[in-house]
Amino acid sequence: MQLLTQTVGVSHFLVVGAVLFIAGVVCMAVKRNALGVLMGIELVLNGANINFVAFGSKFLRSDSAYALGLDGQLISLFVIVLAAAEAAVALAITLNFYNNHSTVDVDRADELKG
Amino acid sequence: MGPVNWHTFFFYLYALVACGFGVAVVISTNIVRMAMYLIVSLGATAGLFFLAGADFVGAMQLMIYVGGTLVLLIFGVMLTAQGPLISLRTSGGDWIVAMLLAGCLGALLIPAGLTVKSWNTGRPDVKEEVAQSGAQAVLVSADQKPPVPTAGDMPDVNEDGIPDKQPITAAPLGLGLLGARVDKLENVPAALRPGMSGYLLPFEVISVHLLVVLVGAAYLARSKRRAGNRS
Repeated sequence: MQLLTQTVGVSHFLVVGAVLFIAGVVCMAVKRNALGVLMGIELVLNGANINFVAFGSKFLRSDSAYALGLDGQLISLFVIVLAAAEAAVALAITLNFYNNHSTVDVDRADELKG
Repeated sequence: MGPVNWHTFFFYLYALVACGFGVAVVISTNIVRMAMYLIVSLGATAGLFFLAGADFVGAMQLMIYVGGTLVLLIFGVMLTAQGPLISLRTSGGDWIVAMLLAGCLGALLIPAGLTVKSWNTGRPDVKEEVAQSGAQAVLVSADQKPPVPTAGDMPDVNEDGIPDKQPITAAPLGLGLLGARVDKLENVPAALRPGMSGYLLPFEVISVHLLVVLVGAAYLARSKRRAGNRS
C-alpha cells in the first residue's frame, strides 16, 4: 500500500472539499424538502471551509512559506458563524411557511410567480 | 513498503467518512436520515480540521456547527416531518440534470485541485523518510538540522521529523480577531504596522450581523396570535 506511507498535501484536502461541494450543490438542486436544501447549503459551506483550512495549514505543502497562515482559519471561523446565522433565519422562514401552508415542499412555494 | 504514516491513515479514514456520508445525504430520501448523515459528515470534517493543524477551528466546528446549527436543523426536521413530508420524491428528469451538473463540476474542480505540484505532498521535514530506519535517521538528523523556526513559523521538529510542540492556534486567532496579527510580526508592511491588518472590523460586523439575524429569526419564528383571539 503505497498510499498509506506517503504524506497528504493540500490537493487531498481540495479533493475532499470538492466532493462535499458537489454533494451540496446536487442536494440543493434535487431536494424538494426545504430543510434538505438547507442541508445542501451546509455541505457547500463545509467544502469551502475545508479548502480554507487546507490552504492555511503549513503542514500540507512542500513550500510552506507560501501558506496562507492563520487567515485561512480566521475566514473559516467567519464562515462557520455565518452558516449558523443563515441556518437560524432559513429555519424561521421554513417554519413560518409550514405554519401557513402546512407543507415544506419548495415546489409549492410559488405564490410569487408572475 | 515503509511504515504506515498514521497522519495519512487518519486523513483517509476521516475523508472517506466525510465524503461517504455527504453523498449519503444526497442519495437518501428520508429527511430524518439525511439530518443524521449530515451530523456524521460534519463531525468527520472536524477531524480533517484537526489533521490540518487547525485545532481551534476543528473545536468550533464541533461546538457551533454540530452542536448548534445541526441541532437547530434537527428541531426543524422534527417540527415539520409529518406524513408525506418525510420523504418527498424527486422526478427522474431533475436527477439527470443534477448528475450532469455534478459531472461538470467534478471534472472542473478535482483536476484543478491536483494541478499544482507543490500541493501534492506534505511539508518535507514532516516526511517519514527520515524515520524509515533508526541508523539512517540519526545520520540524516546529524547532517541536516531542521531550519531554525522564526516567530510565527513552524514549531520545532525533533529527530524523527515529528513536530515537538502542538500547534496551538487559539491565542493567535483571538488576537487576530482583535486586530493584532502576532503570527506574522515580521512581514507586515510599514503602512499596516499600527493595525497589523487584523480582523477587528470584520469581527464587529459579524457580531452585529449575528445579533440582528438572531433577533430577526426569533421574530419570524414566534407563535402568532390569531387575529380573532385578541380580547
